[in-house]
Amino acid sequence: MEMLSVKNIGISFGGLQAVDSFSITINKGELYGLIGPNGAGKTTVFNLLTGVYKPDMGQIFLEGENITGLSTIEINKAGIARTFQNIRLFKNMSVLDNVKCGLHNNYKYSSASGILRLPSYFKTERIMNEQAYEILKVFDLDKEAKLLSSNLPYGKQRKLEIARALATNPKLLLLDEPAAGMNPSETEELMDTIRLVREKYDVTILLIEHDMKLVAGICEKIFVLNFGVKLANGLPQDVLNDPEVIKAYLGE
Amino acid sequence: MKAQLVKMKSQVQKLNRSTRSNVITIGVIVIAYTICMSMIKAGNMSNLLQNLLVAMCYYAIMAVSLNLTVGILGQLSLGHAGFMCIGAFTGAFFSKIMVGTIDNVLIRFTLAILIGAAMAGLFGVLIGIVVLRLRGDYLAIVTLAFGEIIKNVLNVLYIGYDSRGIHFSVNDTASLNLEEGGMVIIKGAQGISGTPRNSTFTIGVILLILTYLVIVNLINSRSGRAIMAIRDNHIAAESIGIDITKYKILAFSISAALAGVAGVLYSHNIATVQSTKFGYNTSILILVFVVLGGMGNLRGSIIAAILLTVLPEYLRFMRDYRMLIYAIVLIVMMIFNWAPACVNWRKKHSLKGFIDNKIRKKAKEEA
Repeated sequence: MEMLSVKNIGISFGGLQAVDSFSITINKGELYGLIGPNGAGKTTVFNLLTGVYKPDMGQIFLEGENITGLSTIEINKAGIARTFQNIRLFKNMSVLDNVKCGLHNNYKYSSASGILRLPSYFKTERIMNEQAYEILKVFDLDKEAKLLSSNLPYGKQRKLEIARALATNPKLLLLDEPAAGMNPSETEELMDTIRLVREKYDVTILLIEHDMKLVAGICEKIFVLNFGVKLANGLPQDVLNDPEVIKAYLGE
Repeated sequence: MKAQLVKMKSQVQKLNRSTRSNVITIGVIVIAYTICMSMIKAGNMSNLLQNLLVAMCYYAIMAVSLNLTVGILGQLSLGHAGFMCIGAFTGAFFSKIMVGTIDNVLIRFTLAILIGAAMAGLFGVLIGIVVLRLRGDYLAIVTLAFGEIIKNVLNVLYIGYDSRGIHFSVNDTASLNLEEGGMVIIKGAQGISGTPRNSTFTIGVILLILTYLVIVNLINSRSGRAIMAIRDNHIAAESIGIDITKYKILAFSISAALAGVAGVLYSHNIATVQSTKFGYNTSILILVFVVLGGMGNLRGSIIAAILLTVLPEYLRFMRDYRMLIYAIVLIVMMIFNWAPACVNWRKKHSLKGFIDNKIRKKAKEEA
């Protein structure tokens, strides 16, 4: 079953065609990798998928539903959540509150019942706390729940960002360089976490990564992007041995 | 089972800690209030200070409410006095019309406060929709402009009241065309005079506590988290589905409504309300309270507002040098208030820290 189906999307900034006729189909439950040299347009693809940029052409379907041109908020509600290349946590809030922000649209009560402390406030907050702790436990962050998120070590901040994205209960999770800046053992741990998340939350994952070990280790399919156009697409062993791909990365 | 118990316990402890901190703050306000009242009864308080008591309350409410916009929402607003102005004029207008109709002072004043807050909140929504698309310096300049617009419109506005209803004019009293026996209520630059002076220190303190509770409860709720998420990173907030426009306007209008409350308190404490009072200087003064007290720190805002309201009055003996000394004191406070050594000293000697320690020690002994 198709989770995400992207048909010929493209965008240009001034004279630069950042992404050109990008098409990809991701099936439910797949773990897809999106790779490419620096400046290939990978993050632009993420920004197109999440509505930060509106595509000049093409269409995006999530589970058959057309989500082209929707706002970031509507796309998140439709079921796409993402993390960022440069970590974007809510720095002055606790780890727990970061996750509870992710739960924002799943559990609701009005602002007035929050201010007046009506019973619905206590009831919903209790459920939110339980949910948030459950998610934090999966990422082994429950002991740091009260800590300010900016005081977490780098690797855990990356994990918390994934936890916050998962709290929105997405169908499709987009991870933008989750292993950037991590040492080999941290990367190893992250790979385990990503596998665990996929099993436990039943999400489809598309990730951008430069760490070939991680990509080859967990991705089931790989899409290679270069100068905004497709270079290769398929199984990891085929793609990574493709002479065109090697040329793009290493030169002739 | 055991893990669940531990989890529940930690949740209870968290709830306790934030509630405890609020109880302490409100407790300190109530104790300060009791001391002031007993001093007045015993005749120990100078006239100077007695006249300042209500002013402290409305400035503290202004500071706490501006902190919601500046510290919690993270948007710089330089027109906060404009909302106070709307609250002051609306509240005074209502009281003057109703002075013969509603005899019960408490009911009339409560209604005046609610109407003043609602009107200021309404303007908060209207102005918020327009200005909150902007950020940073641009937002600051536009809010400054709106504050001045409100002040200047009220400076030329004439409103009268007779049996046929309410009449408006921007020219003079004569063009209101009032019937005989009609009453001119807002007289342009002369403002409103003769508002019943219903504001008392007790009402001021009650309103201050209510304002504090509204903002604290808002911060610790789902909406408050959304507001702070926007402050910390609006791109990430959008990516997890938080409606940025909605929560910006919500915070801005609640802040405006509470400024309106302070305005009603002000207008019922003074013989004549004139719009020139609510200019740029007042907005900046409130911002100084917020910055000195600490962004996002409600308790700090209250303390800063009280200290800086009292200080210039006590510097009156310096005559011409008064504002000079005030400025120097302000600079010194700004430099040293958030110095690490000073922050540590405050932490060590704070009432909250003291009580927290006591509770921790007791828990240890029991264990």
